[in-house]
Amino acid sequence: MATRTRYAPDRGLTVRMTATMFFLGLVFVAFVAALIGILVATKQSAGLIVFVAVVFGGGAAFISLFYSDKIALSAAGAQVVTPQQAPELHGIVDRLCALADMDKPRVAIAPTRMPNAFATGRNSKNSVLCVTEGMLQLGLTKDELEGVLAHELSHVAHKDVQVMTVAGLLGIVAGLLVRFAFYSELFGGGRRGGNNGNAALLIPLIMLVSIVVYAVSFVLIRMLSRYRELAADRSGALLTGHPSALASALQKVSGSMSRIPNEDLRKAAPMSAFYFAPAMKLTRGGNGPGGDRLANLFSTHPSLEKRIEQLAKIQAQLNDTTPGAKGLR
Amino acid sequence: MGFLDVLLGRTKPVQPKLDDLFALPSAAIQLQAALGFTPTGSGSVCFRAVEGKTFADIQQEVRELLDTDNSRPGGAGGLPVEVTKDSFGYTWLISNHMSDEVDTLVTDLHAVNSALVDNGFGPQLLCTMVAFADESHRRMALVYLYKRGTFYPFAPRDGSGQQRDNALELQVKGVLGDDLKIEPDLTKWMALWGAPGL
Repeated sequence: MATRTRYAPDRGLTVRMTATMFFLGLVFVAFVAALIGILVATKQSAGLIVFVAVVFGGGAAFISLFYSDKIALSAAGAQVVTPQQAPELHGIVDRLCALADMDKPRVAIAPTRMPNAFATGRNSKNSVLCVTEGMLQLGLTKDELEGVLAHELSHVAHKDVQVMTVAGLLGIVAGLLVRFAFYSELFGGGRRGGNNGNAALLIPLIMLVSIVVYAVSFVLIRMLSRYRELAADRSGALLTGHPSALASALQKVSGSMSRIPNEDLRKAAPMSAFYFAPAMKLTRGGNGPGGDRLANLFSTHPSLEKRIEQLAKIQAQLNDTTPGAKGLR
Repeated sequence: MGFLDVLLGRTKPVQPKLDDLFALPSAAIQLQAALGFTPTGSGSVCFRAVEGKTFADIQQEVRELLDTDNSRPGGAGGLPVEVTKDSFGYTWLISNHMSDEVDTLVTDLHAVNSALVDNGFGPQLLCTMVAFADESHRRMALVYLYKRGTFYPFAPRDGSGQQRDNALELQVKGVLGDDLKIEPDLTKWMALWGAPGL
């Protein structure tokens, strides 16, 4: 059956995301190779600290993934609500899940004045979708709220928590290695240095490699996070068929966020990666375009302009009347 | 969703399953025999309209198609198709027939489905609902979920706020289990409060 589709995938986004993940994998392989190389060259068995770092990092990542729903809910102070308590919210989620043919996540409300939403959980059965009270009181129309929820449901469908946990593993391990190497230098360095001339070189080398890996993977992970946000925007807009409602919700949410005092925002910063809109804007390095570019590089979310531009493209795609149209790009 | 889709963060829009809808007429007979519920003759298709003129045009076309269909000689008696929008922003196309014309009703509903699918808007279809009532005016609807190709009963209780008659719903499930594909996952038995035509 040759039914035409109006839901063409975004090739550019796919390519950029694949490239980012490829480089992340490359950094990982290079990291392992460099560690082995250093250990072999210095004829040292510092395997223990590497092993401990991997176990600790992996363990921490696994725990945070496994309990991601509980951790996120308690960090946000959110309560799971029943359909009787929040009929409107449940009604929208019910319908979206039926449209997308996915399992319905639990729905929670967080008593925060900052308007935002997030979705988390280790799999579709254990996921939870949380909306802040600020979001519900922002005066969004139902279409706009639906757009926000569709964006969050897309995060669940794309398994973003799992993907970002795996992607973040490298950074965690490298970060731990820096710390371990630093402490062993501090406390055990002198003793070992007496035995072997090479050993004095070992710890600083591991530190250096780890720092580089940490920095590179940090930038790559942030990049990946921005692409996943764009992908969630895209899937969410296609699901509801109302890209402009999502765009106006984005505008309202980020507009009202900048008016709210910083104190609240800083508290929410660690959760930022899973939020609908970034909780805290990074300090802008100057007014020039270069400063903006630097801030964008470290941001977990794409700029508002970029997100709205993409949604405008989707809108055009959905309304394309030329037969066999494949969309704009 | 495949592994690659997860990795690349994309969702394929789910295409609706249309064929199982035709099992409805025989199920209606079964329902009348076992529980005394007869079709009220009202059926509806619920979909999420896409913003913009293209979709509005298609919707208008479908409506005109059904209206002319109904007014032809020997047709269903010229009852027009109603269009309403519910509070969630979903559009309902309601087709009204005589209560013994479930076949024609299903054909009408199918015409709406295929018009949307042919124009590439299949993923926007949410559900179809056919209303039933028994002699004591209890209301019940059979809801068809397009994305899963399954049915489930939805029976709102009269006058007690948003309460469902779960006992009746499970009864219907028992009666129709052999004739219709009933949705096995009860969490997907979505409540449709204030659905038009019910």
